[in-house]
Amino acid sequence: MLALGQDEIAKYPFLADAGQYLKDKGFSLEQFGTDPDLKNLIDKAFDRIQVAADGKIYKSDLIGDQVSKEAALPREVFSFLLAIVLLKLSGMHTLIKRFALAEARRAEKYLEKDLANISDESKKQLAIRVINDLFSVQVEKIDEHFIIPVSDYLKHSINFHEREWKLINRHVEAGQVFLTPHETVRLIRKELGTYINSKIINAKTPIMIPGFEDSVQKLVSLSKKFSTFTVTTGEYPPCIKHAIDVLEKGENLPHSGRFMLATFLLSKGQSVEQIAPLFKNAPDYNERVTLYQLNHLAGTSGSATKYLCPSCEKLKTQSLCFAIPECDNIISPLQFGKKKQ
Amino acid sequence: MKESNIKFVEGSFKKYYFDHFDLIKVPERTSEREFGYQKFNSGMTRHISIKDDKELHLLLMQNTPSDVYCSNAYYTFPNLPMNEKDWKEADLIFDIDAKDLQLECRNEHTISICNDCNNISKNNQQCEKCNSTKLEKKSLPCNNCINSSKNEVDKLSKILIEDFSIPKENIHVYFSGNEGFHVYVFNTQLQNIGSRERSELADYFLLNGAIPETFGMKKFKPDRSSFPDFNEKGWRGRFSNEVFGAKSKRSKIISELLSNGYSSFQKTIENVSDKIGVKIDPNVTMDIHRIFRLPGSINSKSGLTKTFCKDLAKFDGYQDSVFLNDDTVEVLANCPIRFRLKNKQFGPFNNEKVTVPTYAAVYMICKKLATIA
Repeated sequence: MLALGQDEIAKYPFLADAGQYLKDKGFSLEQFGTDPDLKNLIDKAFDRIQVAADGKIYKSDLIGDQVSKEAALPREVFSFLLAIVLLKLSGMHTLIKRFALAEARRAEKYLEKDLANISDESKKQLAIRVINDLFSVQVEKIDEHFIIPVSDYLKHSINFHEREWKLINRHVEAGQVFLTPHETVRLIRKELGTYINSKIINAKTPIMIPGFEDSVQKLVSLSKKFSTFTVTTGEYPPCIKHAIDVLEKGENLPHSGRFMLATFLLSKGQSVEQIAPLFKNAPDYNERVTLYQLNHLAGTSGSATKYLCPSCEKLKTQSLCFAIPECDNIISPLQFGKKKQ
Repeated sequence: MKESNIKFVEGSFKKYYFDHFDLIKVPERTSEREFGYQKFNSGMTRHISIKDDKELHLLLMQNTPSDVYCSNAYYTFPNLPMNEKDWKEADLIFDIDAKDLQLECRNEHTISICNDCNNISKNNQQCEKCNSTKLEKKSLPCNNCINSSKNEVDKLSKILIEDFSIPKENIHVYFSGNEGFHVYVFNTQLQNIGSRERSELADYFLLNGAIPETFGMKKFKPDRSSFPDFNEKGWRGRFSNEVFGAKSKRSKIISELLSNGYSSFQKTIENVSDKIGVKIDPNVTMDIHRIFRLPGSINSKSGLTKTFCKDLAKFDGYQDSVFLNDDTVEVLANCPIRFRLKNKQFGPFNNEKVTVPTYAAVYMICKKLATIA
């Protein structure tokens, strides 16, 4: 664990050992529920979750990266820790996810600022170490840019669906990718969110603490807002239609196209026997081989691994994607035609 | 394949393996690799582990495989089923195949074999005899195919060296034995990356998925200042050279690009990508569990050996990869296209009995264009 200064814990509270922090400050959780001077911190913690649930970033009492007043600093950390306690007590996973993401974006702002800090070398070094220690991304500064090895870049960038993150749209030189401080930090947003999320998930759930009940109850009703229902139109996406067309014409569909079609239809609940006839027109059709391969993909033979339909990104690489406007914002053919209600 | 053909081809493969143990060596870190092989008219046997050259030679002698393969991946337990192997890392491999280059010459030397009536004709969409559309295509690649593939290998190597700082000695080029080249990249930071990362890498070499902004064209308020210049590193530099050509033309072309607008620029990128993107097969690069033809083994699509290319420019696959013997044999050949092996021309043969050297007989039999008479 990194050694952190006071204002650093306020910026990156998820790096602190929660139990230890409270102990060091001489508090117990119960005190927050009963002590009238401390109770408003529970409201603050609730606010912090509510802001996150609304998709916004919690506005902290820190001004710039300085603490506005002495007392604000522990309050910052307490409200974070109490928010976690409230979330654990409510047991609402959708809220935990949203909270983790919002907290990640909050921390991202500070990381970016620290990384770009030219006057304080130690702040920059801390940010570089956070990124390196938590996410194994080796960052180095060269002139105005931050450079990271291509392999480290790829491990994170594959989680993005925006084209600007594709390696081809990056400056690559000598096996390194060149990034701005903003991009460097943005690169690990998801992992930062996952890190915070897993810290919350792995934290022990305390038994209900007197004085916390109201806020927990409010969280439970707040989370109901986020349950959604989806309906599908049942229409096939253009990539699947294209593959079926090619096969119907008796033309050759490459192996990757057959893989996509089969895994797609299997995921939609079709059986091997229903799918097999589609391949009848293929120039090299062999019933025995087709059934063997379909059973393999369905996980009914061989290693019992069920193969999944490739992502849109992968299909683009394989030249199997024929996107239409209705494909906007989907990342897998399986999501095509799904609408939230 | 017919029994008599199999017997003949297997016999010549076995002789090759027996005479050329020196050419067939297990790769480094042998015990961490998965091996596999195929026999004629039979499925794949894989998930095999092999200790050393001796064990490999024994396998070749005992099974006379049509094809032998070895993983680019390293596993803790290469002989267990895939999800129990414990994948450690994999060499980076690129496959460049003449059939993916959309060369015009392909029409001249592609043959269609009808799956319904076995009729053989020059490249067709439909069988001339029975109108069936179930056609199997066989190509007898020409010099242009090989030279164009070599050109792609050169483009690839240049980017590996320039953009990724990979030392030249870590890049090994092999002629696949049929229509293309396999490029192996060893000991780099990219050994550990998974399939999705490799797919991104493949797009980088293909120049696939680039957005106009990357080459200086902004969607809103575009200006001249962000367009790339000749001396820039990476794709921006290569883009400049391709699109602007000469320094004197740069300014004028940028003005044209700006006035044509953003979506037209996207088309420009696609055209540029067709021209200067490296035509690798992305499926091969992104597959981290694949087994690849073993260097030194014979490719049963041609009877030629997968060969290391020490000097790619001088390498001639139809000369340097022909290792089967010269003993003559009579075959019934139906090969409408002329081909060259060991600097000798063969064909065209129109359903006729001909006496040819073993290597040429095997070549035609492997392409389904001849049978033992």
